[in-house]
Amino acid sequence: MSDFDTEIDTSGLNCPLPVLKARKMLNEMSASQRLRLICTDTGALKDIPAFCKMTGNPLLSSEEVEGKLYFIIEKGA
Amino acid sequence: MAKKLAIIASKGTLDGAYPPFLLASTAAALGFEAKIFFTFYGLQLLKKDMSLKVSPLGNPAMPMPVPVPSIVQIIPGLEAFATWMMQRKLKKKGVASVAELREICLKSDVELIACQMTVDLFDFKNSDFIDGISHGGAATFLEFASEADITLYI
Repeated sequence: MSDFDTEIDTSGLNCPLPVLKARKMLNEMSASQRLRLICTDTGALKDIPAFCKMTGNPLLSSEEVEGKLYFIIEKGA
Repeated sequence: MAKKLAIIASKGTLDGAYPPFLLASTAAALGFEAKIFFTFYGLQLLKKDMSLKVSPLGNPAMPMPVPVPSIVQIIPGLEAFATWMMQRKLKKKGVASVAELREICLKSDVELIACQMTVDLFDFKNSDFIDGISHGGAATFLEFASEADITLYI
């Protein structure tokens, strides 16, 4: 698993809260810092890559471990 | 240039409140400029006290724990019960509340526009509504919608 600077755990929260919480956190981060986002919302599997693509914040990795999704998002320039 | 989302919110029920606020807050998170135009019953969504309800009456697709015939659904209290059940379910499943999504919309600069004609029609007072909203009419909406990438009527 890649290194990260900040983490948010959205376990138990449903759409669109993981995206909204990721947005809020990324706003407070500086460019090239990394966010680890943990989700249990299975919709996030599609939603987080879509969010990253549209906002220009590269999605470095995504993996599923024991029913939880772990995303590493890098804050874009 | 930022993409634009234009929504007309015409429903004032608990279930009808979700799509406009949910899509607009998410659009803002994706970098969109978003505006919601509230008309007719949608104006309820701008009230300080929303107290939104959901009714199984006339809504045969609403999942119920046991089948409830339409004739029974007119019993006083059934609507309140259905609303309570829906709210409990939303909370249990980790879905944001309508008030929470509305707050996120305001904080992320989604413009909430009250249709002036329906405000006058229903004799609503500006003091009934939350702060930070604007007022406008058909031309206000159409001007923005004419440049929007996505336009929805809900």
